[in-house]
Amino acid sequence: MSGLEQAPVGASPQRGAGANPVATALNAFFRRYGLQSGTVLMAAIIWTIFAIGSPETWLHRDIYSSLMSTVPVTQSGIIALTLTFVVIAGEIDLSFGSIMAVGTWVFMSCPQHELGLIAALAAGMGVGLLNGFIVVRFGIPSLVATIGSWFFWGGIVIVGTGSVGAGTSGGFVTNLLTGRIFGYVPAEMPWMLAFAFVLWGLLNRHRFGAHVYLVGDNEQSARMMGVRTGRVRMGVFALNGTAAAFAGISSTLEAHYFWPTVGSGAMLPTVAAVFLGGTSIFGGRGTIFGTFVAAFVIGAIEPGIISLNLTGFYTQVIYGAVIVIALIVQSAFRGRAER
Amino acid sequence: MDEPGQHTTNLLELHGISKSFGEVRALEDANLIVGMNEIVGLLGDNGAGKSTLIKIVTGFHHPDRGTITWKGKPLEHLTVQRARDLGVETVYQERALADLQSLWRNIFMGRERTTRLGLLDVGGMRDETERLMVEFLRFTSQAVTPESTVGSMSGGERQGVAIARALHFEAELIILDEPTMGLSVTETRKTLDFVRGIKAAGKACIFIDHNIFNVHEVADRVVVIDRGKTAGEFKTSEISVTDLIGRMQHLAETGSLDGGTPAKADA
Repeated sequence: MSGLEQAPVGASPQRGAGANPVATALNAFFRRYGLQSGTVLMAAIIWTIFAIGSPETWLHRDIYSSLMSTVPVTQSGIIALTLTFVVIAGEIDLSFGSIMAVGTWVFMSCPQHELGLIAALAAGMGVGLLNGFIVVRFGIPSLVATIGSWFFWGGIVIVGTGSVGAGTSGGFVTNLLTGRIFGYVPAEMPWMLAFAFVLWGLLNRHRFGAHVYLVGDNEQSARMMGVRTGRVRMGVFALNGTAAAFAGISSTLEAHYFWPTVGSGAMLPTVAAVFLGGTSIFGGRGTIFGTFVAAFVIGAIEPGIISLNLTGFYTQVIYGAVIVIALIVQSAFRGRAER
Repeated sequence: MDEPGQHTTNLLELHGISKSFGEVRALEDANLIVGMNEIVGLLGDNGAGKSTLIKIVTGFHHPDRGTITWKGKPLEHLTVQRARDLGVETVYQERALADLQSLWRNIFMGRERTTRLGLLDVGGMRDETERLMVEFLRFTSQAVTPESTVGSMSGGERQGVAIARALHFEAELIILDEPTMGLSVTETRKTLDFVRGIKAAGKACIFIDHNIFNVHEVADRVVVIDRGKTAGEFKTSEISVTDLIGRMQHLAETGSLDGGTPAKADA
C-alpha cells in the first residue's frame, strides 16, 4: 500500500505478556472469558458452602431434580436467557412477570392446549413488541416503559380473570412441557437447554445477535453503519415476551393450577441471574453461558438457605445483595479491562 | 471550469449548490469537484458550510439548488442509501465503531456476511479481517487478533480500522471528517498514513481537517469554503504550506483569498 513502515501497534493492552506464549494465551482467555470464569467460580463456591452446611441435601439427587424443574420456569431461567438479549441491547424489561400471566391467561382461555400454546406465545410476543414499540417510537426509557407495562398487563389479567384461578388438565402439551424423562429429569430442563442452545446460536452466530451487541454497545455507530436499530430493539422485547409466555404456561402446568398472579415473583431472581452472569448493565456485553450458570446459582439460593436452617426470609436479602455485588464486580472488571 | 484531476471524467462534481435551513443560508452557490483517485482537502472555518456540503454528498441533506454528477452522470435525488450504493463512505468523527466488540465485528458492522437464513460466516469474516490487518492496517503485533476489542486500540489505529472498513466495502470515495481531532502526534501520523493508503488503493477521498499542515501534507488539492461559498482552491504541489496559511489568514481578515498570485480557480 503506501509503503509506510509502522511500528508494531496494538501491544498496549498487555505489554510484557508477549514473551511467554502461555501467559499470553492465559491473558487472552481471561480477557475474553474472565466474567464467565468468575460466574463458574462463584457457582462452585456457593455449592461448596451449601454442600458442607447440608450434605444430606446437596449430595442427594432429589434437590437437583427439584432445581431442574424450578430454575427453568418457576424461577424463570428461560426468561433470564432472553432478558440477556434485552440487557445486551442496552435495554431492560421489567414487565415479563406480567407477560407470563398474560400468556398463561390466553393459554387457559383456549379450549385446546396446542392452539392455546401458539396463541399464548403470539400474545407474549405481541406484548413484547408493544413494549419495544413504545420504547423505540416514543423514546421512553425501557425501565419506565416496562414498569408501566408490568402494572398494566398484570392489572388486565387480574381484571379479566376476576382474580379467580383454575386447575389445569393433563394432555400432550402438559407432558411436553412438564413431563418427567425416565421419571427423574423434568422436561423443563431439556427445554431450558434447548432454549440456551438456540439462543446462543442466535446471539453469536446470527446477524440478529450481532446487531444486538452493536446496538447495546454504540447505537449511533450501529445506525450510521446501516443497522436497523429500531427493529433490533423491538426484536429483543418480542423475544423476551415470547419466552415469558412460555415460562408462564410451563410453570402453571407444573403447579397444576393457574394463579392469575403467576410471574409476580419472577422479577428479582431473573434480573439477578442476568447480572450475576456477567451481562453488562450498560449493554454491549454479555453471554448466554453466564446467564445459564447464574440462573442455577440464583435458583439454588432459596433451597440452600433453607437447607442451612436459616429462615427463607433471607432469600430476598441475598438476591438483592447478589445483584449489587455482581454490578460492583462488573464495574471493577470493566475498569481494569478498558483503561 | 477548473481541471482538478488528471482524468477527463471526474468522480464527483457539485455545481452551484445552495442550501438554507430556514433563515440560515448554509451554502450559496458552492462548488466541489473530486477527481478519480484524488485526495481533496476541505478547509474552512467552523460554520463555513463544510459539514453541510459533505452531508449533501452523502445524501443526508438535499440541496435547494445545484447539480450533482457522479462519474459524469447527473444524480437527481441523492439519498443516503443511494450514496452508499455508489460507494460514498463517510468515516465519521465519532468513528462509528463499537468499542466492546471485536475487530472483525466492527469491520463487518451492519454488513455481516451471512447465509440466506442470516447465519454468520464467522470464519470467513475473521479471515478477511486478518487479511486487512496484514495488508492495510499493518497490525503486526501478536497481541492484536481479529478477536481483539476495538476499545483496546489507540486513536490512530481506530481510524485505520474505520478506513480499512470503508475500503474493504469497495468505497469509491471516502470522506474523512476531522479524523485527527484529539489525536496525539504519533496517532495523527498513523492516520495520515492511512489516508495515503486510500490513494494507494486507487480510491478518492475528501479530507476535512482544521490542521492546515495535515491537509496540505496528504491532499492533492485543497478547496477552501468560506461563508457558504467556494472561496478558492489550490493544488498542493503548487503552493507551499506557509503560503496556504498566509492565504487563509488573508481570507479571515479581508474575506478574500487573493493575497498574492497563486492561481485561484474560478467558480
